[in-house]
Amino acid sequence: MSQGLPEDYLAYPQRRYGMDHDRYDWSILPRRKPVAWPGGARVALWVVPALQWFPLDMKGQPFKPPGAMQTAYPDLRHYTLRDYGNRVGIFRIIEALSQRGIPASVAVNAAVAVRYPSLLKACTDKGWEVIANGLDMDHLHHGGLSESEERDWITTTLAVLRQASGQPVRGWLSPAKSESLHTPDLLAESGIHYLCDWVNDDMPYAMRTRAGTLHALPHPVDIDDYTILVQNHQTEEDFRDALIDQFDQFYRESSPGNGRVMAISLHPWVIGQPYRIGALEEALDHMLQREGVWSATGSQILDAWTSAQA
Amino acid sequence: MKRDPGFYNYLPWDHRPVIRWPNGARVAFWVAPNIEFYELAPPRNPARAAWSRPTPDVLNYSYRDYGNRSGFWRMLESMKRCGMRGSVSLNVAVCEHHPEIIKACADEGWEFYSHGTYNTRYLMGMSEEQERAVIQDSIDTIKKHTGQKLDGWLAPALTYTDRTMDLVAEMGLSYVCDLFHDDQPGPVKVRQGKLTSIPYSLEMNDVIVYNVNLVSPRRYADILKRQFDRLYAEGEKSGTVMCIPLHPYLVGQPYRIAAFEEALSYITGHDQVWLATGREIAQHFNANYHDAFMAAAQPVGEAP
Repeated sequence: MSQGLPEDYLAYPQRRYGMDHDRYDWSILPRRKPVAWPGGARVALWVVPALQWFPLDMKGQPFKPPGAMQTAYPDLRHYTLRDYGNRVGIFRIIEALSQRGIPASVAVNAAVAVRYPSLLKACTDKGWEVIANGLDMDHLHHGGLSESEERDWITTTLAVLRQASGQPVRGWLSPAKSESLHTPDLLAESGIHYLCDWVNDDMPYAMRTRAGTLHALPHPVDIDDYTILVQNHQTEEDFRDALIDQFDQFYRESSPGNGRVMAISLHPWVIGQPYRIGALEEALDHMLQREGVWSATGSQILDAWTSAQA
Repeated sequence: MKRDPGFYNYLPWDHRPVIRWPNGARVAFWVAPNIEFYELAPPRNPARAAWSRPTPDVLNYSYRDYGNRSGFWRMLESMKRCGMRGSVSLNVAVCEHHPEIIKACADEGWEFYSHGTYNTRYLMGMSEEQERAVIQDSIDTIKKHTGQKLDGWLAPALTYTDRTMDLVAEMGLSYVCDLFHDDQPGPVKVRQGKLTSIPYSLEMNDVIVYNVNLVSPRRYADILKRQFDRLYAEGEKSGTVMCIPLHPYLVGQPYRIAAFEEALSYITGHDQVWLATGREIAQHFNANYHDAFMAAAQPVGEAP
């Protein structure tokens, strides 16, 4: 007979009311104080395209991020298809959003800002907000990193993006949404105000850090273009319907004075293909025909949410 | 290791005692929401890591947490609108972490059965004493927080030892949801006690449909309706069981809930369907058919 598992396997030191960590409090969405968006809007529409660089020699450690190289080196097919997004696809997104008067918050790898300065300028010229998306897609933040190394990555990323954009850069999205236990602390210490990695809520909420409060903003992976079209092998119509159904549900649950956030995460190499971009446009048109849709940046949403907590 | 788990004899679909559900229902229909808590940094079971990424797996941890903060409440409202009670497959530590969820279920008259302590603590590798301690923890915690006697079992994250079925029967449980061999309940052979397998379903389970088969919400609704239609038709001859196992972090996503509710409303809108709980199905079967099914089953031959 087996000797069984070590004793600590049946010990539960975090078995208590609330969460099993202190990063944020347990909170029930429908029981929270309602949050009013500006102008009595019901749904804040937040579009977040990502400008990413997957180096040809990427190591993929400690795991391969979505979109990583797949074949033996040199994997030209995946490298160049990701780059398609930065050369072509993003301009279809810019066009689609500009025509509809929607600003975006664009998540940018520092490497993209250095490699393609005119691309960053094309986005900031449209009034888009820049969110930091780490150094590149081969620098994943994770528990195996030393705190000093991670701090260096964050410092470099923010220095590059703040200098290149001329913006304060208040938002952060970790490559592949991967963090160490210290990432939120280091980000708050670096002047970041909101974090887009956690997919546990439909609204902003407060996190505790060594440097005070940092806010999580909802940035779901479920309805992003990569998940539905690449990972799940679904059709453009399925992607459009997912966006529409997500929006309609938030619209039903909201009211003027009780807002929700409809966040759309996009990867230009996926949705920016000629046969796919129309699905995004159709979904946006569906949303914009409703009253009370507020197209906003992450910072605008955060500021409205924060002032409503007072 | 065994070549056959040895839990049941062979009982072909076309040679069985006829099942009649209460009030002439054709299908005993039950919904089993899995109310779970996944730990951020659990101790490692030698046979399986809790997370696919290194600790902290922020993406996967927060995805599960979504179910408790947001998805559950959406799913609850949909079920209430359809007049459907849940049979909660419960990681019992949720009683301590999120008592508000337990209360919301209890207020609607839902059943609670055990899905282990946490979904990040697995049974494999446990000694008999350890496994008994886990089952006893479930019995005590559910009794303390809900007043209910624990009757059902679905092993945490579908992890087992060879003793699991014997132990839950010996400790007074009457049904398990871990066996996927049938569309009707059936006896489970155990050392002592009387144990029944109730059809739960991986095919209808939102984890399999969404995370493994990667289908769209509207397609899931079609799958649920097609499954029900056939079981309803066949149930005229002998009662069948349909279960929808749910996970609030999946079915409770905003873009999925309306399609689910539409399918649920379709099913509950039929006349000859028994809107049941796991416990009610097990009690009816144990009282009326368990022994007859046991007697009708054929011994299994020894494979060469």
